[in-house]
Amino acid sequence: MLKTLRKIASIGLVSEAAPATDELLRVRSALDERITSVLGHALCIRHVDAGSCNGCELEIQALGNPYHNLEGRNLRFVASPRHADLLLVTGPVVRNMEAALKRVYAATPDPKLVVAVGDCGCTGGILGECPASLGRVSSVIPVDVAVPGCPPSPVRILQGILTAISAPA
Amino acid sequence: MPMRRWWDRAQPVVGAPGARGLGVGGEEWLQVARDVAASGGALLSLWITLEDPGTRAPRTDSPSDTAVYCAYLTDHGVLIVELALAPEDEEPRYPGLEEIFPAASRLQRAAFDLSGVRSSDPDTRPWLNHEKPYEFVRVDGEGVHEIAVGPVHAGTIEPGHFRFSVVGEKVLRLETRLGYVHKGIERRFCGLPILEGHRLAARVSGDSAVAFSWAYCQALEGMGGCAVPRRAVWLRAACLELERLANHIGDLGALGNDAGFAFGLAQFSRLKEDLLRAISAAFGRRYLFDIVVPGGMAVDLSQETADALAVTVRAVCSEAIELRGIYDEHEGVRDRFTAAGCLETPLAVRLGVLGLVGRASGLGRDLRVDVPCPPYTELHVARAVQPGGDVAARVAVRFDEVRESGRLLMQLLSALPDGERAVAMDSPADGAFGVGLVEGWRGPVLVALQAGPEGSIRRCHPHDPSWQNWPALEYAIMGNIVPDFPLINKSFNLAYSGVDL
Ligand code: SF4
Repeated sequence: MLKTLRKIASIGLVSEAAPATDELLRVRSALDERITSVLGHALCIRHVDAGSCNGCELEIQALGNPYHNLEGRNLRFVASPRHADLLLVTGPVVRNMEAALKRVYAATPDPKLVVAVGDCGCTGGILGECPASLGRVSSVIPVDVAVPGCPPSPVRILQGILTAISAPA
Repeated sequence: MPMRRWWDRAQPVVGAPGARGLGVGGEEWLQVARDVAASGGALLSLWITLEDPGTRAPRTDSPSDTAVYCAYLTDHGVLIVELALAPEDEEPRYPGLEEIFPAASRLQRAAFDLSGVRSSDPDTRPWLNHEKPYEFVRVDGEGVHEIAVGPVHAGTIEPGHFRFSVVGEKVLRLETRLGYVHKGIERRFCGLPILEGHRLAARVSGDSAVAFSWAYCQALEGMGGCAVPRRAVWLRAACLELERLANHIGDLGALGNDAGFAFGLAQFSRLKEDLLRAISAAFGRRYLFDIVVPGGMAVDLSQETADALAVTVRAVCSEAIELRGIYDEHEGVRDRFTAAGCLETPLAVRLGVLGLVGRASGLGRDLRVDVPCPPYTELHVARAVQPGGDVAARVAVRFDEVRESGRLLMQLLSALPDGERAVAMDSPADGAFGVGLVEGWRGPVLVALQAGPEGSIRRCHPHDPSWQNWPALEYAIMGNIVPDFPLINKSFNLAYSGVDL
């Protein structure tokens, strides 16, 4: 116990400042400003892997480390789409995940936002050309913000989320 | 010494050190498998020529084109066995290996979905093809009910379906249903120039990017007769050990968290971020995609950069060892880790478990020691083996491997040989065949590669050891309670994309 406390005290706070939003990531702005400002106060996120290689998942997991301080910014991952305001979707959408993705989207209450993560999510990427893949996320559900990269860094993903919940500039 | 006889008959195969290949007839196919099993060998992989995408019929452009292949790890080295299927046969069949190697069953079912060629396995349920509802095995009895979880899970992980049959909280049976992230990667390979396939190989399972791209390049370079510079193989090994370190560090945090110790997640996820940032400063990317390229490495390190990376690696490893002490002393953590999800040695042997899961059940195999490729021939890796088979043993293997990868990295980064980071290479000749084999962080990663005409790929089969270890997870959970599943599952941390392909 003492060792644990000593470790906590010696490391201290390592959280870093949030990145600025980036309008270039925005694909569409479907929600009105009042809604985005309310969502920005406590946003619940649901991740869906629609066919990724798992590289993007690793960077989404890294959002939870102490440097990125996700919960400190009122952003929270939730276990059910029914509790979510925003879907974070990775991978090209593959045939065997199409129905599951559509179901998750339908189960997410309105108003909802979708952020496509990674080159695969944005354009289909290298995996999107595979024969059992349907390509980019927006070919299956509407996408608000798309964050390119293979995989995008956690800071870029965070920027995408913050852009989605900010009013368009 | 029947195994010796097969080995002596086999011909050298390029790529992985000491690999050999053997063409066999119908009856011999099963006899080889039995002899491999009897001599303590393991099934590494099984695959079949792909069917023609247009006609959905097996390719018949040349007689040897429709064949079923098997890769074994034997005491002598890696043995690839080929059973040619008669092209005139409308419904070719081959003898299934599921009774000798249980893991073969799903491999055979997946191979059928891709090739249209069936084995004699009585289990003919589709594996990758999800068009029809799946028939799970039902457990009957008083008070037995089913819990269905997935494909979309509560956390940030890949999709798959788990079907638990339980009484109260106790798990009687678990059946996994995978294939949700099946993309058709093997067919996609056939459309790529062979000199670019390493990029797709890296994305078979992103957490094993170095292992898969290295195995791909090893096969390709063997076929092309390319002598990879010594400096490049040292850098590759540094990248492979960084990948192992990053995955173990990440999982050790998650395991603490699943045992109710959030402190562990906070600390290890901080260490992982430190490591990823140091990797990014050295190689220009946090995850090591597209860094192992045909002929060598895409990026070189200056000695200054290598030294800076070594400083972070040393700090991360020594903090991890400090945290090991905290895990060991924490009674709550110890209580959850000990005896949970136990896979005893005889069962691990029977199931043909590979890699880190095998080492935690007393199976000592580690390619870096048993069939080392350069530079492991010079590095003298200490294998990490624990006999316990429970979550605690898998945690201990990971901690031991963190320490060993740290030691290897110190050695690799401080003494990078002089020379080029890469040499140019040409596409291999049509029909050339090679195999690559690398000990990734989960275990042996295999890539079998055959060249097509004009620098194309005729066939590429990547194999992750999770194929063998998923069935073992199903046994390990039996008799445990459902709330322990996340912890036990995490201690295995198996690939989804890596097996769904
Ligand atoms: S964008 Fe890159 S890292 Fe993300 S799923 Fe696609 S291939 Fe993997």
